[in-house]
Amino acid sequence: MARLELRSVTKTFGTARVIHGIDLEIEHGEFVVFVGPSGCGKSTLLRMIAGLETVTTGEVVLDGRMVNTVPAAERGLAMVFQSYALYPHMSVRQNLSFGLENLRMARAEITRRVDEAARMLRIEALMDRRPGQLSGGQRQRVAIGRAVVREPTIFLFDEPLSNLDAELRVQMRIEIGNLHHRLGNTMIYVTHDQVEAMTMADRIAVLRDGRLEQFGKPLDLYNRPANRFVAGFIGSPRMNFLSGTLAAIDEAGVEVALKAGGRIRVPVGAAGLDLGASVDFGVRPEHIRPIEPEGAPVGLAVTLAEQLGGESYLHGTTESGETVAARLPGQTSVRRGDTVGLALGDPGDRHLFDAATGAALPHLA
Amino acid sequence: MITATDLTTFLTRRRGRALHWTDVVAHLYLAFGLALVVLPVVWMLVSSVKSQRALVENDPRLLPWEQVTVLGSEGRQLSVFTLVRDDGTRLEVAFLAPRGRNALVVPVAEVGDATRAFEAPRDRLVRKETVAPQIGNYTKPLFGTGDTDRFPFMRFFWNSTFVTTMATLLTLLVNSMAAFALSKYRFRGRDAIVVIIVSTLLIPPTVILVPLFITVQGLGLFNELWGVIIPAIASPTGVFLLRQYMLTIPDELLEAARMDAASEWKIYWRIILPLAAPALAVLAILSVIWRWNDFMWPLIVLTKSEVYTLQLGLSTFKGEIADNLDHLLAMTVLTLLPVTLVFVFLQKHITAGIANTGLK
Repeated sequence: MARLELRSVTKTFGTARVIHGIDLEIEHGEFVVFVGPSGCGKSTLLRMIAGLETVTTGEVVLDGRMVNTVPAAERGLAMVFQSYALYPHMSVRQNLSFGLENLRMARAEITRRVDEAARMLRIEALMDRRPGQLSGGQRQRVAIGRAVVREPTIFLFDEPLSNLDAELRVQMRIEIGNLHHRLGNTMIYVTHDQVEAMTMADRIAVLRDGRLEQFGKPLDLYNRPANRFVAGFIGSPRMNFLSGTLAAIDEAGVEVALKAGGRIRVPVGAAGLDLGASVDFGVRPEHIRPIEPEGAPVGLAVTLAEQLGGESYLHGTTESGETVAARLPGQTSVRRGDTVGLALGDPGDRHLFDAATGAALPHLA
Repeated sequence: MITATDLTTFLTRRRGRALHWTDVVAHLYLAFGLALVVLPVVWMLVSSVKSQRALVENDPRLLPWEQVTVLGSEGRQLSVFTLVRDDGTRLEVAFLAPRGRNALVVPVAEVGDATRAFEAPRDRLVRKETVAPQIGNYTKPLFGTGDTDRFPFMRFFWNSTFVTTMATLLTLLVNSMAAFALSKYRFRGRDAIVVIIVSTLLIPPTVILVPLFITVQGLGLFNELWGVIIPAIASPTGVFLLRQYMLTIPDELLEAARMDAASEWKIYWRIILPLAAPALAVLAILSVIWRWNDFMWPLIVLTKSEVYTLQLGLSTFKGEIADNLDHLLAMTVLTLLPVTLVFVFLQKHITAGIANTGLK
């Protein structure tokens, strides 16, 4: 069993604070992804869990035991590095067995584990090669294999797929997913790619500037983002934002006067906000439909129409100069230069954020 | 069939580019540099098989030409000359004695018969010489044949080898440990320590000669080989060289090893040292050359001939009255051989070491 807890963890390099007190609980067997833009502290956080960075304040708790001062080697975790960090002067077999030898494990047991990992990752034919003689995907497998043989309580992945080409990335994503399913271990995975996060995670932790923005199931983050940053970060193409002001508040929700023109109802509570407060209205591209321009609340001058056959993308600007993207199923007759009206989703698909704090206004059930 | 034209084409082939005048200058410069380095060694090799006479006379010929002699009637070695007569015929004669502008000679075929001696004009006599490498230059001092004192080459060789091997091994060990700490650990004052170590290069060795001698004597290492070895171990050049190389080894490798439960010693021994092999090879070559050729410090510490290194041994050929040039040169050639072989051998390893560094 491996239950990991971070309690108000902070990290300071010199005078620069890079992690501002993060609380997180990860259950046994969970696949958790730390996602965020570069420089958000996600790798630092992972390295603090691994024991490669010291914790400035706060506690890292593993199975109820505070491990702040326990060296990396004794935490029983295994890590896959972004650059793979395979030992270039050792064969693949030596790379896999190095960690086990350090634990003074019996020869036979080492051989058994290494062979098993090699079979699982299909690298049996490469065992006598050096890392320099392997392709990127093969190195990645060996790096994962080096973690697997340790049979760690928690796997840590630091952007493991960022050096692979797109096709291989998709393939390795599936393999890591399968590996998690088969081993049932806890895995913590750092990436800046929200697609990886959405497809692999049981739960996602979105980080920005050393702060935890939201922690939850992928679809919860997608459907009910806690703030404007998460809303914009998760989902591709990103959520559209239109600025406006609160025009009316009642029990069923609020009415927003958009800068782009028109009024729109959003079923959210507006506790603490007054009429006339600045808000950002958000709606995802796939919830937008083009309609006849006459009578539509918002008009869009189409600057780009992308036809992918199975789906189509419209990009354009509103009268207020805000850009909007729409994803349509199938094919569309709208062309560049057309002006269309926009239907901005069902009420349940609409989001509203406090423009001052960025926090999402809660949806009414 | 390879013709001369083919060979010329092959030797002067370039990558489709005419020879620029800077190329000519560069080649001339390189040829000059090569000559500067190689010629003294060639001179030494060639001279090491010449006789003492040729060396003292500064005989400028490349090959070891020696006077042909024949055994005379009274057990004397007589020089052989070729007499060119007026009619152009030639006769080999042995020189017996000078007679003014003439010389008393006897035909070589009848050298035992004094009655056959006759006078011949000196300007008709041509010295007869043959190429005779003086192997004795090597064998006499090595095996003590003839009137020469035996040169205890093997003992000096052993002393030199012991000093060089131990000093080099310890240099690699100590300097790589220092370099590891200075390149891979973060601690207060690290950069200051590097600067201090490197700045000791500015201190001339002669300045610390006396304090070093007092230290060595205080430790009871006077006239001990360890007295030569220990002061030479720590080298700022070595620390700097290894540190700069180790900085290029990615920290992630060390972190991976730490995750793999490797101790710091194991990281040093199993990860850092193998990956620093090319730099270690360079330092090994430097250290071998330094220690093998070192003269000054051993001369001060070692005064008994039992502990002499080769370089000290060689200096014994230079006497107060006369230099034993022929033996000195021959023994110098033998002294040079091991260090040359080490260089040739390690050179191959450097190339292999760099090629094996499969770092991304």
